[in-house]
Amino acid sequence: MSINKILDSFDEAVADIFDGAVILVGGFGPADGTPSFLIRALVKQGAKNLTIVANTPGQGRQESPTPGPPRPAIRTPPNYDNAGLLIQNDQVTKVICAFPGTPPPGMRAPLHDRFLAGKLEVELVPQGTMAERIRAAKAGIPAFYTPTGPGTIIEQGKEMRVFDGIPCLLEYALKADFALIRAYKADRWGNLVYRGTSRNFNGAMAGAAKVTIAEVDQIVPLGDLDPEAIATPAIYVHRVVLRPKQ
Amino acid sequence: MKARLDEQTMALRVAREFQDGMVINLGFGIPTLASNFIPEGREVIFQSENGCLGIGPMATSEQEMDFNLVNATGQFATRRLGMSFFDHAESFSMIRGKHIDLCVLGGLQVSEKGDLANFLIPGREPGNIGGGMDLAFGAARLIIVMTHTTKDDKPKVLKRCTYPLTAPGCVDLIVTDIAVIEVTPDGLLLKETAPDWTVKEIQALTEPKLKVAADLKQISL
Repeated sequence: MSINKILDSFDEAVADIFDGAVILVGGFGPADGTPSFLIRALVKQGAKNLTIVANTPGQGRQESPTPGPPRPAIRTPPNYDNAGLLIQNDQVTKVICAFPGTPPPGMRAPLHDRFLAGKLEVELVPQGTMAERIRAAKAGIPAFYTPTGPGTIIEQGKEMRVFDGIPCLLEYALKADFALIRAYKADRWGNLVYRGTSRNFNGAMAGAAKVTIAEVDQIVPLGDLDPEAIATPAIYVHRVVLRPKQ
Repeated sequence: MKARLDEQTMALRVAREFQDGMVINLGFGIPTLASNFIPEGREVIFQSENGCLGIGPMATSEQEMDFNLVNATGQFATRRLGMSFFDHAESFSMIRGKHIDLCVLGGLQVSEKGDLANFLIPGREPGNIGGGMDLAFGAARLIIVMTHTTKDDKPKVLKRCTYPLTAPGCVDLIVTDIAVIEVTPDGLLLKETAPDWTVKEIQALTEPKLKVAADLKQISL
């Protein structure tokens, strides 16, 4: 057995994330599919000046909301943390995202607080453009034209060109140093399958950074995953860490 | 005050636009409600931009709630025969590639040219674009469902949008709590009115001049 991408700990998996790194973080809002243990390990590791690329960075951990009428708790999966925790821990200087969210009344929002204080740069990107910029990086395409955005604030500073009568914007591949993703099952080569809508940005981000690290629910022997059903082939994955049993 | 349509009724009216065989993407709020009212005898497929084609109805019991099966609003959904899952790059290939027959979104403002503003109220930066911009540019047909006026009774159907645009010239039909309005090359065409509402009353709450359809009807469900 010579190829084995499985690591023993989340700490080990994120140990070489350096100050100023650009990091893709999978997931979609408070649904499942967020690499929560990798995020926690990165908080512990403490790298600074990070750029986080995430559809929904999240609101971090809510503590001591201001007094008022009780609010319905947002349902989250077991053992959940989001990339907002990194913002809350002042490790992030730039966020590239589609949906920063809106903090519930009376709740703290690390992203919004720091954005309004001028401490955090936020680049708002249409979700599809974000997905395609990530896919382009993975596929070795340096840039592409997209019909999304002309005539809106998104066009600012971008080259525009008309194809078949439709104005399109030049968008660049979103190059990253690390991708933190969440999958359901992996083998020692790093083949991955996902569950349901938890694939979301995880499947798109796998392989789009120099190093892709997958947090998984199960590790299975090589050959157990149906080759026809593998969603992310092993070539895109560099490290795999097993989540503890809930 | 005259009665306006409630959200369920607006959703019901929107669902009448669902034609047999359509692939439909529904946005946050009232659009998603419309998935409960597919007209009898029609089969449609809902695409959810977080990576599901053929997503089933919303979960109604605790047992059905599955964190691995949510719609783009983050609500728990259910399985349906024929459904498939994919990643975000694939999902927006469907959207940008004009494979979605119909999209229904909420709106903050719509102009007489069919411009849409729905992701940012100035002063509340940075705003939430989400998948709305790709959908507004990419869907073959776009319906906006919204209240006709703001909470302080200012028109939301305007000559020009004052908020940042989601997409210019993208809206085909506007369904509000008092009217159904089609966006045409010649301007806005009032096609249906809520019960007891006159053309004059609707016009008074609408900034651009409305043309009135020859076959103007009362909204029926």
